[in-house]
Amino acid sequence: MADIRGNFVGIKSPNPFWLASAPPTDKEYNVRRAFEAGWGGVVWKTLGAEGPPIVNVNGPRYGVVYGADRRVLGLNNIELITDRPLEVNLREIKAVKRDYPDRALVVSLMVPCEEQAWKDILARVEETGADGVELNFGCPHGMSERGMGSAVGQVPDYIEMVTRWCKANSRMPVIVKLTPNITDIRYPARAAAKGGADAVSLINTVSSITSVDLDNFSPEPTIDGKGSHGGYCGPAVKPIALNMVAEIARDPETAGLPISGIGGITTWRDAAEFMALGCGNVQVCTAAMTYGFKVVQEMISGLKLWMDDKGHPDLGAFRGRAVPNVTDWQYLNLNYVTKARIDPGKCIECGRCFAACEDTSHQAIAMRVEAGQRRFEVIDEECVACNLCVDVCPVEGCITMERLSAGSIDPRTGQVVSDDHADWTTHPNNPGRVAAE
Amino acid sequence: MDGARHQAGIAAGRISAEEAAQNFADLHPPLDGHEAAVAADRCYFCHDAPCVAACPTGIDIPLFIRQIATGQPRAAAQTIFESNILGGMCARVCPTETLCEEACVRMTAEEKPVEIGRLQRYATDAQMATGRHPFTRAAQTGKRVAVVGAGPAGLACAHRLAMHGHDVVVMDARPKGGGLNEYGIAAYKTTGGFAQAELDWLLQIGGIELRTGTALGREVTLDALEADHDAVFLGIGLGAVNALACEGGDLPGVEDAVDFIARLRQAEDLPTLPVGRRVVVIGGGMTAVDAAVQSRLLGAEEVTIVYRRAKAAMSASLYEQDLAAARGVGLRYNARPVRVIGTGRAEAVEFEYTVDGPDGLTGTGETFRLAADQVLRAIGQALETGPLAGLELDGRKIAVDAEGRTSRAGVWAGGDCTAGGDDLTVTAVAQGRDAAESIHRALMEG
Ligand SMILES: Cc1cc2nc3c(=O)[nH]c(=O)nc-3n(C[C@H](O)[C@H](O)[C@H](O)COP(=O)(O)OP(=O)(O)OC[C@H]3O[C@@H](n4cnc5c(N)ncnc54)[C@H](O)[C@@H]3O)c2cc1C
Ligand SMILES: Cc1cc2nc3c(=O)[nH]c(=O)nc-3n(C[C@H](O)[C@H](O)[C@H](O)COP(=O)(O)O)c2cc1C
Ligand code: SF4
Repeated sequence: MADIRGNFVGIKSPNPFWLASAPPTDKEYNVRRAFEAGWGGVVWKTLGAEGPPIVNVNGPRYGVVYGADRRVLGLNNIELITDRPLEVNLREIKAVKRDYPDRALVVSLMVPCEEQAWKDILARVEETGADGVELNFGCPHGMSERGMGSAVGQVPDYIEMVTRWCKANSRMPVIVKLTPNITDIRYPARAAAKGGADAVSLINTVSSITSVDLDNFSPEPTIDGKGSHGGYCGPAVKPIALNMVAEIARDPETAGLPISGIGGITTWRDAAEFMALGCGNVQVCTAAMTYGFKVVQEMISGLKLWMDDKGHPDLGAFRGRAVPNVTDWQYLNLNYVTKARIDPGKCIECGRCFAACEDTSHQAIAMRVEAGQRRFEVIDEECVACNLCVDVCPVEGCITMERLSAGSIDPRTGQVVSDDHADWTTHPNNPGRVAAE
Repeated sequence: MDGARHQAGIAAGRISAEEAAQNFADLHPPLDGHEAAVAADRCYFCHDAPCVAACPTGIDIPLFIRQIATGQPRAAAQTIFESNILGGMCARVCPTETLCEEACVRMTAEEKPVEIGRLQRYATDAQMATGRHPFTRAAQTGKRVAVVGAGPAGLACAHRLAMHGHDVVVMDARPKGGGLNEYGIAAYKTTGGFAQAELDWLLQIGGIELRTGTALGREVTLDALEADHDAVFLGIGLGAVNALACEGGDLPGVEDAVDFIARLRQAEDLPTLPVGRRVVVIGGGMTAVDAAVQSRLLGAEEVTIVYRRAKAAMSASLYEQDLAAARGVGLRYNARPVRVIGTGRAEAVEFEYTVDGPDGLTGTGETFRLAADQVLRAIGQALETGPLAGLELDGRKIAVDAEGRTSRAGVWAGGDCTAGGDDLTVTAVAQGRDAAESIHRALMEG
């Protein structure tokens, strides 16, 4: 059996699945049950500074985007950081850590941008025996208007400064949680690295309005006729998160900086993908909020079985393996020529490939009726290999892309297919091409 | 061949080899990958799911379906086998329409449950196709347990005991192991020699010795077993059949449905198996339905099930009754046999109509006759108590407590032979497994 024990910036956990800082980790009761269900670690719901606790709205906090069958694809929230007293949270953290020494327990923090404020809270967290801290520079609503959360995360200089304070005032590992509400994720990541961060975690939620109530013309969730933007998460944000993780993993200035992957992770496969792009572990929020803590059992068994099947003895064996294969468009091989192939044995005759190609792509699928059955066939002269037919086909494996072998002729271009690599950098149509040697 | 088709009496060759292959093909064919993905996607991953509560072995159904949905059917199989080592057979034979699928919340929502049974088969087939056994034994304890009966109860018990490191000897009176999986279940539910394949796969755990042709009360006695072993488990099923007390009940052409079915299950070549042109099945349970349907599939022209009470009282589920009707079996209710008529062999059965009133079942005096050259009795099986001397009974079955302990210390029992169950494969598995846990606790305390 594959060994899926995690060691993230020195923090050990029996598996790489942690719960992200959010409602699932807001109190002792939840965290104990999460550990019993098998979660490897948690990042405790973000704590604020000493003082009167934060208040939340008393109306609905969530908005949602559904897929078919009311599957939650995206979740939006206007919740703030923990609204429970600091002392209560600290006491509970200490008790849980004492009872679950083998699990990772990291505490998320968000206090005003003053060194003393950070110094104070770090000392108190250290006392609990927690394994590390995560700096919440990501929350896009409520706290940002008060100069915290994404208001810090959007200014690289602030990130660097606060990270440095934390490193100077604590011996705990410091993970900097990044906001995706920024144009280029590499800048905040570089700032965190410069400030001495042990790792970055990403993504926090994406600023969003999920829907509008058409009776009272208010954004959802509606609080007394008004709504404000919230933070979006769940399966819908996974592609955004994966790209940002990859950008940091392959940026020469941050390459090697440990990354905790977050954003839409719902199955073992999602987790493996984040790790293939360089993440040392993953954090989950929406999947647990949708299906309960038990989902981790599927993640654990699925990841182990996949690792066994592929011969990866431990997480390190595949971590980052996809990073070298993330490149820029201009380096993609233009001599890689493929054509769509439709397997008539698997075809259920829905015609979706035809509609997609005929109406919106390259008119490269022919439809005819043969012995009362609809037959769909790819016209190689027209097929540009865009892959849309594969994407819209409801039957997995029915339409596949087949590579034309070197020496054959691409009926669309009339050109002989070459197996030499040739990309845009050397293409004759590129005015800035580099001359081939 | 066509001449034989309508031959009177009990005769072979009513169907061709192609018809036999078609008729006895899988009742619920396996799902392919695409079908499984679509079916799995319908599961809501309910919390504390009602389907789990409805499964006698308590398989974590939402978890295994999610494992299928996320592309790991072998992880799903592991989840299933942890609760039910005969999950492959159960996926084929469980009356899911009265168990997990009846409880599915999508039954309430759309009257269309998640296809749990077929998904279970999809997962277990994936694991069994690897040929590998998914469990290993704990360190050997040196304890020896005797299991009598290699049916679902005995096998589930033996497997769990072997997993805990005990050495197990399984004895069965019949020439092959498997119990009714091998000799009773309808052929179209477990095709392709699955019962023996599953048995071989199960025994791969190691530590289990199977001794067939060894009967309690014949080759061995309970006293001797107790003396030689640290514990004994009885999973002997129901070996006797209830007698049909009516005139002519012993005429040639009249036999027990279970014998007919056992012969059918063991037949190498189904078209050579003799079956009546007109078959009457007496009874109202799963055995009656299976005997009737399989007679039809063997080419019997007219097959009628006659049940003494009303339709609703029939223990075969509505689904089973519909299945029989769809295969061309006639179903008659509220009629009881008075006598079998015939000179030298059965030719017809006379029935009397009944009413089910406050005084129980009473005859109306009005009768009718059904022509029959084969009469199959399916009026229930009974426990053979002979070899059990000394064991306390509860009604006509072995009395056990919640853990499967009998009245005699050191002797456990489970499955059809014990009181309180519902005579299903899956219940036998659950009871065998639970008794094994109880035995394990008892052995490790001492
Ligand atoms: C025709 C028929 C169809 C059925 N169809 C279904 C179905 O579709 N789905 C379902 O869930 N259930 C079905 N059942 C019920 C199911 O088969 C039983 O509930 C289940 O097999 C009980 O398991 P068991 O281990 O208790 O007994 P059995 O399967 O009966 O096994 C008992 C074993 O003990 C052996 N034995 C008996 N006496 C002795 C002795 N003295 N010494 C040694 N060995 C002995 C027998 O040879 C046998 O192998 C059906 C039953 C019948 C008869
Ligand atoms: C209701 C809710 C509250 C959240 N609160 C916090 C928080 O206090 N601190 C924090 O760092 N992130 C918070 N998050 C963001 C999550 O930790 C996580 O980064 C985000 O949801 C993306 O992961 P997911 O797609 O698995 O849900 C919250 C998310 C939700 C849905
Ligand atoms: S009850 Fe139905 S929908 Fe719910 S978990 Fe079970 S199978 Fe899935």
